[in-house]
Amino acid sequence: MSQLRGETARLLAVFQSAGAIRVEADILQPADVLLDLYGEDVRARAYVTSDFLHGEQMLRPDFTVPVVQRHMAESAEPARYTYAGPVFRSQDTGSGRAAQSEQVGYEVFDRGPADEIEAEVFALFHQILTPLGLKASTGDVGLLIAAIEGLTTSNARKSALKRHVWRPLRFQSLLLRFSQPVKEKVLGAGGQLIGLRYASDVNERLEQLADEASAPPIPQSEMDALNDLLAIRGNLPAAFAQLQFLVQRLPSIASAVDHMSARLTALKEAGVDVAQIGFEAAYGLTAMEYYDGFVFGFYADQAGWPAVASGGRYDALTRVLGQGRDVPAVGGIIRPEFTLRLSGGDLL
Amino acid sequence: MIKLGVPSKGRLMQETFDWFSMRGVKLSKSGSDREYVGRVDGLVGIELVLLSAGEIPRELAAGRLHMGVTGTDLVHEKLANWSDVVSPVAEMGFGLANLIIAVPAWWCDVTCLHDLDAIAARFRAEHGFRLRVATKYHRLIRQFMTEQGVADYQLVDSQGATEGAVKNETAEAIADITSTGATIKANHLRILEDGLVLKSQATLWHSKVAQGDCSALIDKVLNAP
Repeated sequence: MSQLRGETARLLAVFQSAGAIRVEADILQPADVLLDLYGEDVRARAYVTSDFLHGEQMLRPDFTVPVVQRHMAESAEPARYTYAGPVFRSQDTGSGRAAQSEQVGYEVFDRGPADEIEAEVFALFHQILTPLGLKASTGDVGLLIAAIEGLTTSNARKSALKRHVWRPLRFQSLLLRFSQPVKEKVLGAGGQLIGLRYASDVNERLEQLADEASAPPIPQSEMDALNDLLAIRGNLPAAFAQLQFLVQRLPSIASAVDHMSARLTALKEAGVDVAQIGFEAAYGLTAMEYYDGFVFGFYADQAGWPAVASGGRYDALTRVLGQGRDVPAVGGIIRPEFTLRLSGGDLL
Repeated sequence: MIKLGVPSKGRLMQETFDWFSMRGVKLSKSGSDREYVGRVDGLVGIELVLLSAGEIPRELAAGRLHMGVTGTDLVHEKLANWSDVVSPVAEMGFGLANLIIAVPAWWCDVTCLHDLDAIAARFRAEHGFRLRVATKYHRLIRQFMTEQGVADYQLVDSQGATEGAVKNETAEAIADITSTGATIKANHLRILEDGLVLKSQATLWHSKVAQGDCSALIDKVLNAP
């Protein structure tokens, strides 16, 4: 335990020397905020507890939400924060993850050049973690979002796709649906008007369905290009070359690819050997809802280990929590239990 | 002594007794009709334990029961790792019921999960909270919705009369067990085309945790003429 404390203190000190101020967060978090943000799924991974006075509370599943809330309340910018402590993960789905584990994090709220801030955060994690032999994987959710924007299809279909970017199965089934001629919908029989949903809502949706019935399928060439985008993987320079080539077929990703180019330059300037960094266009699309740009993870060559560190850009989350205000945000966490084991330390 | 857990009340108890009796094991309530003590004839070394069907999964998982009769739905809902701790010995052919998702019948634009997901985003924007699904099968429904990629909903707990939740405006949709669908219909609801979550029936389970040799009972009920 004392070695774990030492490792946590060491990581906090690295982040503090990078300019972060240390912040704390309550272990008990109000459940409604987390439920509103992450939806019902969060119950499968967070411990829910309750008392008769305060109602439902959750043992914090991560620090991101309280740190963003704190920042939004004080809103001095730019700001860099670091924190450390336990997070809790319930065992509903048999994920094999520890119920309680330590995290040390670093979060940057800064309206400066996006590519430079992403490179700063990544380079800092990289400098801490590569000496331990960890491999980095990266991705950029912004590419997929830009590709969706550029599809030849209705705005309704584009927003449906964007809403499900983080649910790959649903996303693929929507894409399949939108790439075929619309099947005529057999409507359900009527009945007594019960419940809170407005009748005007049903009528509007019926109109939408009527519009939808004449919507042309997304062209096959665009479907192919989108699937080619999702299949891109390789080391960072190689993946970047593939993306530059793909811009001809997916012009809407041009500015996202330019952003990636600027980030690549910034990473090199920060001393990162980019040829050693992995890139997958589909990285981060399964478990990282609200990461909506650059995403990264560091992995050990050990079966059954989670990512030793992970993070990315989550502007969308600040928009939801900020109720009208938002702030560009990039950050990540390290699991000190695992960095300690890699450096030969003892958890006991 | 092998402990056999059986639902303590009503039709489920009677049908369980009949099922065992046809296989040469006679189960009965001893003492007065109100006392939850049972006896077993036709096989020695078996103790009959009468308890609520909802508690049988937990008792099997804890190893306090060696064998037990309860629905597939209850085992899958209450035991996250059910296949590690219990194994099905026989499906008993009664207590047949489907766990389904139903919406108000007048929502003529909602016939499948795709529609439910599509209207959920709009409902949330308009009402300021997520579309509510009333159920007591929280784990199974959450898992199903995640697999199917339905977002922007929330589960609200309903331990009984769930079909009335929409009319009472405590939920917009429901997820519950139904055998004939009559209660669903009577409450102005309609089952979604792809809203079948689980087919359930009364099943005889064997605890993988309990210490003891159940082979005599298993052989007898499986190899009955």
